[in-house]
Amino acid sequence: MSDRDTILTAVKAQIEPFNKKGVTVTEATTFQGDLEWDSLTVMDFVAAIEDEFDIIITMNMQAEIETVGQLVDAVAKLKA
Amino acid sequence: MSDDGVQSDLPAAAAAVPAERDLFDKFAPLIAEREALLSSGVRDPFGIVMEEVKSPTVAVIKGKETILLGTYNYMGMTFDPDVIAAGKEAFDKFGTGTNGSRALNGTFHDHMEVEQALREFYGTTGAIVFSTGYQANLGVISAIAGKGEYVILDADSHASIYDGCAMGNAEIVRFRHNSVEDLDKRLGRLPKEPGKLVVLEGVYSMLGDVAPLKEMVAVAKKHGAMVLVDEAHSMGFFGPNGRGVYEDQGLEDQVDFVIGTFSKSVGTVGGFCVSNHPKFEILRFVCRPYIFTASLPPAVVASAATSIRKLMHAHNKRAHLWENTRQLHGGLKRLGFRLPTDEPQSAVVAVLLEDQTQAVAMWHALLEAGLYVNVARPPATPAGTFLLRCSVCAEHTSEQIAQVIAMFEAAGRATGAIG
Repeated sequence: MSDRDTILTAVKAQIEPFNKKGVTVTEATTFQGDLEWDSLTVMDFVAAIEDEFDIIITMNMQAEIETVGQLVDAVAKLKA
Repeated sequence: MSDDGVQSDLPAAAAAVPAERDLFDKFAPLIAEREALLSSGVRDPFGIVMEEVKSPTVAVIKGKETILLGTYNYMGMTFDPDVIAAGKEAFDKFGTGTNGSRALNGTFHDHMEVEQALREFYGTTGAIVFSTGYQANLGVISAIAGKGEYVILDADSHASIYDGCAMGNAEIVRFRHNSVEDLDKRLGRLPKEPGKLVVLEGVYSMLGDVAPLKEMVAVAKKHGAMVLVDEAHSMGFFGPNGRGVYEDQGLEDQVDFVIGTFSKSVGTVGGFCVSNHPKFEILRFVCRPYIFTASLPPAVVASAATSIRKLMHAHNKRAHLWENTRQLHGGLKRLGFRLPTDEPQSAVVAVLLEDQTQAVAMWHALLEAGLYVNVARPPATPAGTFLLRCSVCAEHTSEQIAQVIAMFEAAGRATGAIG
């Protein structure tokens, strides 16, 4: 598995506890539209991702991230 | 006009806007929610009009004398005769308004006087007065944390702190509410070099919980960050000099900036920042919400100056405020209401309820009985909570608090909030 695949797998695992609707998660899945997360859920999820990868995703960066794929890219960049 | 007065919905005759360009479409869910709420027959929680205000603790609402337990008038200074006299005198001597910015023609004698009163109250070398507390946060946070620097804030921060972050160019990082460990972890992950500002609040106003400032400030300092504490909800009754939670926890030489307001304990309107920073005065030239707005009217700053000086010696009021808080918190707890803190931590006592329907039903029943409290809902509240917020005043009598507890008991049983 490439690094990116590893990150994607880990991100999907972090999404599951918040995936109340049981949406099938792909790279194209959007947090707001598909997963229907409100701002509080997003906050808890971001904190979980930050702790999982030992990174900081600033609120400025969060504003640019809409899909799972974009999040994976952001994590990959932050970990590089 | 309906009996809702100025809160009436738009008249039916209002012109229709073609749907394809109506920018208001995005408000449709909120409009629907409000319509559903009001059609259930309750009064509008966000449309209260005080027809007459009799004292810091009593007003007339819809013709009914009502106990006020939902104002931020913690120290009950709004009807203090000296505070009123100072305002009247300033009206006569300086007129009704300044017509300009603090930076140009809007600084009068009493603007300097109130800043001097603040320096004395807080024991600091610097004090800058803004037109509101909201603008103080907006101005200071957006100005001092610049591009490439970091603001680290508590997730439950007040809207003015979030808006100050949004207005500036710094990178914004959030940590879990009141979690020292989470703050430490996040600061540890940031690059060492850039400047950092940690923003905290002494009392968080929705649940009335107090921050573990001592531990949080120690963590911030360990990582080389400057610290700003908003003490809006603690002025006058925390710490030996009433300076706030940071004074109560012995942090006067470690907090870099304190933000406060005149609209709560001081009893007028206005905001401020106090600091011992040697270059503090430059903020007058870099805070846009200080420069590009009109300064406070002379009567407001004159009243504020007198009120602040009186608060320095208001030991009896302070003691009575804490007595009231303990009485209310204890009484509601005994009745079986769910309270967010086991002990009273501040002058805010919040009652947690199941959902919006129950919260509004409770609120409505209390208002009908002659008690005004705030109803609050997400996103203003943390983690999806619906609550009634009581803010206690030093001028409430013990009898009023006993009355309040009895009203809560009746409303709680009628709405099923307590058994």
